[in-house]
Amino acid sequence: MGLMQLFKFKGGVKPATNKAQSVTLPIAKAPLPSVVAVPLHQSIGGTPRPLVQVGDKVLKGQMIGEADGWISAAVHAPTSGTVREVGMYAAAHPSGLLTDCVVIEPDGEDRWIERQRVDYKALPPEQVRELLRDMGVVGLGGAVFPSHAKTQASRSVPMEELVINGAECEPYITCDDLLMRERAAEVVKGIAIFRDLLQPKKVLIGIEDNKPEAAAAMAEAVKAAGEDFQVVSVPTLYPAGGAKQLIRVLTGKEVPANKRSTDMGVQCFNVATAYTAWRALGHGEPVISRLVTLTGNVAEPRNYEVLIGTPMDELLAIAGPKPDTDGIIMGGPMMGFLVPEAKAPVVKATNCLIAHSPALFPPKAPEMPCIRCGACAQACPHELQPFQMYWFARAKNFGKTQEYNIFDCIECGCCSFVCPSRIPLVQYFRFAKSEIWARERDKKAADGAKTRFEFKQHRDEREKQEKAEKLAKAAAAQAAKKAAEAAAAAASEGAPAEVAAPAAPLATGPGDTPAGPAAAPLSPEEAAAAAKKAAIEAAMARAKALRTQTQPQNTDNLTPAQQQEVADIEARRARLREIAKTELVHADAPPAATAPAAPAAPADNSDTSEK
Amino acid sequence: MLIAIAIMALGAVVLGAALGFASVKFKVEGDPLVDKIEAILPQTQCGQCGYPGCKPYAEAIAKGEADINLCPPGGAEGVGKLADLLGREAKPLDGVEKPPQVALIDENTCIGCTLCIQACPVDAIVGAAKQMHTIVESLCTGCELCLPPCPVECITMEPIQETVDTWKWKYPVVELKRVA
Amino acid sequence: MEFSTSPYLLKDTSVRRVMTQVLLALVPGIIAYVLLIGPGILAQLAIATLTALAAEAAMLRLRDKPLALFLGDGSAVVTAWLVALTFPPVAPWWLTVVGVLFAIIIAKHLYGGLGQNPFNPAMIAFAVCIVSFPALMSQWPGAGSHLAPGQQFDWIFGLTPRLDGMTSATPLDALKTALRADEGHSGPLPFLAGNAQAVIALCYLAGGLFLVWRKVITWHIPTAFLGAMGLLAGLLWLWQPAGFANPVFHLLGGGAMLGAFFIATDPVSGATTPRGKLIFAAGVGLLAYIIRVFGGYPDGIAFAVLIMNICVPLIDMTTQPKVFGMKDQ
Repeated sequence: MGLMQLFKFKGGVKPATNKAQSVTLPIAKAPLPSVVAVPLHQSIGGTPRPLVQVGDKVLKGQMIGEADGWISAAVHAPTSGTVREVGMYAAAHPSGLLTDCVVIEPDGEDRWIERQRVDYKALPPEQVRELLRDMGVVGLGGAVFPSHAKTQASRSVPMEELVINGAECEPYITCDDLLMRERAAEVVKGIAIFRDLLQPKKVLIGIEDNKPEAAAAMAEAVKAAGEDFQVVSVPTLYPAGGAKQLIRVLTGKEVPANKRSTDMGVQCFNVATAYTAWRALGHGEPVISRLVTLTGNVAEPRNYEVLIGTPMDELLAIAGPKPDTDGIIMGGPMMGFLVPEAKAPVVKATNCLIAHSPALFPPKAPEMPCIRCGACAQACPHELQPFQMYWFARAKNFGKTQEYNIFDCIECGCCSFVCPSRIPLVQYFRFAKSEIWARERDKKAADGAKTRFEFKQHRDEREKQEKAEKLAKAAAAQAAKKAAEAAAAAASEGAPAEVAAPAAPLATGPGDTPAGPAAAPLSPEEAAAAAKKAAIEAAMARAKALRTQTQPQNTDNLTPAQQQEVADIEARRARLREIAKTELVHADAPPAATAPAAPAAPADNSDTSEK
Repeated sequence: MLIAIAIMALGAVVLGAALGFASVKFKVEGDPLVDKIEAILPQTQCGQCGYPGCKPYAEAIAKGEADINLCPPGGAEGVGKLADLLGREAKPLDGVEKPPQVALIDENTCIGCTLCIQACPVDAIVGAAKQMHTIVESLCTGCELCLPPCPVECITMEPIQETVDTWKWKYPVVELKRVA
Repeated sequence: MEFSTSPYLLKDTSVRRVMTQVLLALVPGIIAYVLLIGPGILAQLAIATLTALAAEAAMLRLRDKPLALFLGDGSAVVTAWLVALTFPPVAPWWLTVVGVLFAIIIAKHLYGGLGQNPFNPAMIAFAVCIVSFPALMSQWPGAGSHLAPGQQFDWIFGLTPRLDGMTSATPLDALKTALRADEGHSGPLPFLAGNAQAVIALCYLAGGLFLVWRKVITWHIPTAFLGAMGLLAGLLWLWQPAGFANPVFHLLGGGAMLGAFFIATDPVSGATTPRGKLIFAAGVGLLAYIIRVFGGYPDGIAFAVLIMNICVPLIDMTTQPKVFGMKDQ
């Protein structure tokens, strides 16, 4: 425990720690539960995809949910058994809603899948990160952020400090304390993994000074491992165990809400996370259990090694809840929540279950008006003005709550703790935050709907226009064809189509024009116009000739019956063309907008038939 | 007397000039009203207001042709916001406010006629002729416009279920009277 | 089980406890008051307290609010005591009643009750009464002419007619009159009468420090208040010692100590941010000095507080502290 300068964070409170009850006995292993329900979504980020089906036999440690994307972490079967259900099951969540779970009926054998130790130092860092992800290593301090995603230093800022969080500031919780006391060596090995991935200049292990045994055990383990980690006692002050507060205390750096800590050259992991990282790499054990403090209104408070997925009521029963127990708090009394559904499973975030009783946690006194005493502002570790945010959250003026930095609030509960008017400030902020998120979701959905609606309108418009153009083109083509036919007929009676082209120059010849003798006095303009007209007609005739030449290639060797059929079809088409033309004429020019469907179809047909 | 009038007149001229200058100098290029109204509307494009889409309704409100309480998907909250924006009196909603919902196609019954695809204002239905259609749930605004054209009535509206991700913390209940 | 959310652990505190500590902190000052000026103040405190509780109860009833909860919060009693302590101890009973009624009914409940009043209720009472009854509000037991206890009660309850000769102005008033009359004065001022005031002020100071220690108030407001007032008084006194009283006189005279620790620190109507508190209190201190020295009233605390109350929203809005991690951005 070196002498080093510690920094202070503003605010903070000192609730009664209530930790002594649960540290008297060593960690025990919780018995195998009757059923385990493993929620697929146990970390921040993507929901893992289930890999098992109902009826599958699974082994302890077998992956049952595969990470979905980079920010996600796999989940594993906590024990061997049979998959009974892959579907909705009670969630360890304040809502009491259901969530996707894999429900496994243990077979009692608790048989491991083949475990593979890896020498992570021999692997490229990228592979180590993937391994951590697939072993389901997430932040066990409560935030459950996938740890592998935190092991990448910023490109531009060198890593200076790696902060290891053993502060455990919340009252009642002692699982990290016991972990450090009993398994310090493996915690240190886990810290080394993070150190190797991040390459910081120094490693600081912060432990609140109310846990001298843990600090001593850690210091000894660090020494035994020959590491240069510093174990630092930090003053006991809630919430010193908040990642940002601990970083502040140990390094003096304040990580703002809009920045990642690596951007300031510092990163923070919980001691329990380090422990699981070592178990994952050094023993090939994925995260299928964790230490849980069972305390509060129970006969024998103690820390247990508990399988993920163990129903909370079944687990709490081990500690012997007293008769007046009326609920279970998951987490600590400052930031935890009353579990609406007692059979909800223990998840990776479950560090503590507190048996709730009215005697232990008296019902709150009625809420009084805010007297602006400012006690909340003095207690806020993020230096917010909770009473100002409260006015706006209460009035549902969410824009203003954001101006007063509501998203910097870490919901530590200090403001509610000190409020003399007993205002549930944190609940107002949670309410405002979830409303803001919901509104942003709605706004995004509405904007998307608007864009798609406008695009659809635009597309409909364009299609209409294209159809109209097609119709007009078809009509023009028909007219031109008629004209060309007429011209060709006039130019060379009975001449084969092939020679229709040479007929054009003939038309301009002096002798062949019907007005032959009168040709001489033609003015140059008239001559030019006539020439032009003739050229157009000739071109059309050429085109027609080309068509007649190229079109019926597959009709060359037809039986008479087939020829008859073709002729019939041609006749029908011609009739339809005729109808279409008359319809178009009736419709008189603007066929685009009002063209009835019937004539449009044959017009299209005629078009395609001639290609 | 004359001097007094002159002073008053001079004052009026000076103040008038100052106001005129300020109105030019500090002119606020605000969003046109239609955009502001449209931003409040839920963009379901359902036409329940009697206008073909949210934008036409917004334009009608801006022109004063339409009342502000014709949008059931926007609900009473939407009416309140429009009332705030336009400085009008909030009115009870003309229509029934429904919980948020999405359309669901019974895929066994669907005959693949594409009529619903043409009816969907936000392209939330995928499918092709003679192929089974399906609704992209995240894009569906719950406007119900696909219901009438369906010849086999295979589309139903399902209320959106709250999930752990969309769940919201409740407003703290203030019950002072109880303790009295 | 009712729906409740974390934190489940709460500090043992309440509005009533905060108000009780304020009342407790006033006790030393009151004891000194009784010993040095007479027990009349006890009658005033009793009248004010009863009136305040009755008015509070009536208003809560009218506004359909839970009676037991709010009547017990102690805020009305604090207002009542401040009214009593700022009024002359020999003011007729009905004057105190009028002041308290005004404070509770108009300044507090018509604005929405506890936590909603934009102005300090006790100072509203003082301002209203000094404007409406200037003579009665200026009658203080004279310097040296120590009133017998019985006489004080007779006056308060109107049993004997008031004789102007029996009272004198406050030391501040006396000073002002003296300065106006251009009677040069030297030495430590007309401190004869001021002695009692100064002792009481020191007792208020002790109570105020208790509040700071108990973290009911922060150091910002008293420091800025007394600092600004002392600084201005000191500068003027250095510039013209004959024309202006020394700063110690100003800080210990009149309502400066009571104002700095008990009146300007009212959280509801005062500024709340740390910088805002400094600005607010400095404003009160300066204005109070200016009004008491250059204005027409014997003391300026009430008007200074009310004027600064008006500025509170603006002060708070512009002095929002930077949040964690955003200080250098």
